Amino acid sequence: MNIGQVLSDLWGQSGFVGLTNHWQNVVMIFIACVLLHLAIVKKFEPLLLVGIAFGMLLSNLPSSGMMHMELFQGDPQTLDYMNILHHGGLLDLLYFGVKLGIYPCLIFMGVGAMTDFGPMMARPSSMILGAAAQIGVYCAFILAILLGFFPNEAASIGIIGGADGPTAIFLTAKLAPHLLGPIAIAAYSYMALIPLIQPPIMRALTTEEERKVVMTQDKPVSKTTKIIFPVAVTIFVVLVLPSVAPLIGCLMLGNLFRECGVVDRLSDTTQNALMNIVTIFLSVTVGATSVGYLPGANGENIGFLSGSTVKIIVLGLLAFCFSTAGGVIFGKIMYRLSGGKVNPLIGSAGVSAVPMAARVSQIEGAKANPANFLLMHAMGPNVAGVIGSAVAAGFLLAVFG
Amino acid sequence: MGNTLSQGIPVSDALVMSVVGFAIVFFVLVVLMAVIKILRGILESLDAAKAKPANAAPVAAAAPAPAAPAKDPNMVPAKGSVGEIMLFVVDEKSGVIIMAIVADELKAPLNELRFLSIREKK
Repeated sequence: MNIGQVLSDLWGQSGFVGLTNHWQNVVMIFIACVLLHLAIVKKFEPLLLVGIAFGMLLSNLPSSGMMHMELFQGDPQTLDYMNILHHGGLLDLLYFGVKLGIYPCLIFMGVGAMTDFGPMMARPSSMILGAAAQIGVYCAFILAILLGFFPNEAASIGIIGGADGPTAIFLTAKLAPHLLGPIAIAAYSYMALIPLIQPPIMRALTTEEERKVVMTQDKPVSKTTKIIFPVAVTIFVVLVLPSVAPLIGCLMLGNLFRECGVVDRLSDTTQNALMNIVTIFLSVTVGATSVGYLPGANGENIGFLSGSTVKIIVLGLLAFCFSTAGGVIFGKIMYRLSGGKVNPLIGSAGVSAVPMAARVSQIEGAKANPANFLLMHAMGPNVAGVIGSAVAAGFLLAVFG
Repeated sequence: MGNTLSQGIPVSDALVMSVVGFAIVFFVLVVLMAVIKILRGILESLDAAKAKPANAAPVAAAAPAPAAPAKDPNMVPAKGSVGEIMLFVVDEKSGVIIMAIVADELKAPLNELRFLSIREKK
């Protein structure tokens, strides 16, 4: 046995040699470490970002064989699942949950089980704000078309403005899976940055007098209403937009678990164990899709480090800004129509991102008037935004899917 | 730009689709708003109808009402009392903290509780 040959073979098979083939992998490993730093030290959406960053790290280590994004390229209708089962790595198999839209729906079930729609039902008009704040989705869609993206890609980029991670992943996995990494990272990063993004827009669009408005306590909502609500929403929304059935169906099933009062064990499992398990799978596999180098049909790089990623990051930020502005502007309209009884700051919470956006409304309201407690009022548009972004995604899926 | 299943569309088409999509989001949420209002209206009228026969029952059969708290002429609502809640010798910040603690102890959402007054016991 030639020890020198053995060592040479060992070196040839190591990942160090692979690193020299594509510099993009080295950059991605660095980005993964930066994201880990942001998640662990800066606490930016750590529950998701730790998994996303680590998945990114694993898939960019050459020769690890855990993720093969090239197996998922091409027409989804003719995707060879048997080939993936035979040749795929661990993360390829877990990625089926994203590709088939399973994880986002299960996350939505957990979100439904954790969400109290009471504040929204107590003030039904807050649903208007949840709708208004979806304007960023469509503004970003138009801008993406202007920048040369194809409609299915533009729709996936636009949904970042819905500020709803599972919805963005669900739609992108169906319409533009090659953009899943940058879109998921942009969506979750901006959700973590909402306390920095929203306040300047909120202050610019409102007057001191408007921000000081103290909202009165809403009438309590009966238990029966809360039980009927998820059933009624499911029937109506799925009849209008059947494409959104997986998301809305799971969201409302989770909420029914919570409100019906006879399946506490299921509600508890959905809110905790199921949610945590699916979060692990979802975050790691979404992160793993962010490979630095991925050859496209014409040999060009369509991986994470391509020109489109920068555009997606910029468009995602603009989508968040437009959505915030849309919510606040409609909040101002409601302020006028209600004779000054509605604080327009609650409009920005319509961007979904529960409960971060509602907290921002509370903080900004308290800055203008320390006796102002807007949190429960902002939760109405906030949870309406979850339904609104799901409906927006359903429309885009119906048109471009 | 990566592989895609579709062809590009003109900006005018994108604009029309955006308007239609935004209108659909509004339509769905406005209808849901109406559904909630109607639902609440029906349930409230049913509750009111149930409460009527109970009110019509003979006074003698009714359970004795709890004694109303004695009114202290020295107790005046604190400045800043809002909505239905009256704060007596309690500042707003303390009032809010008390409400949050009560909701937490009862494991009930704050919007399901109704606070009428908070007063400091000497």
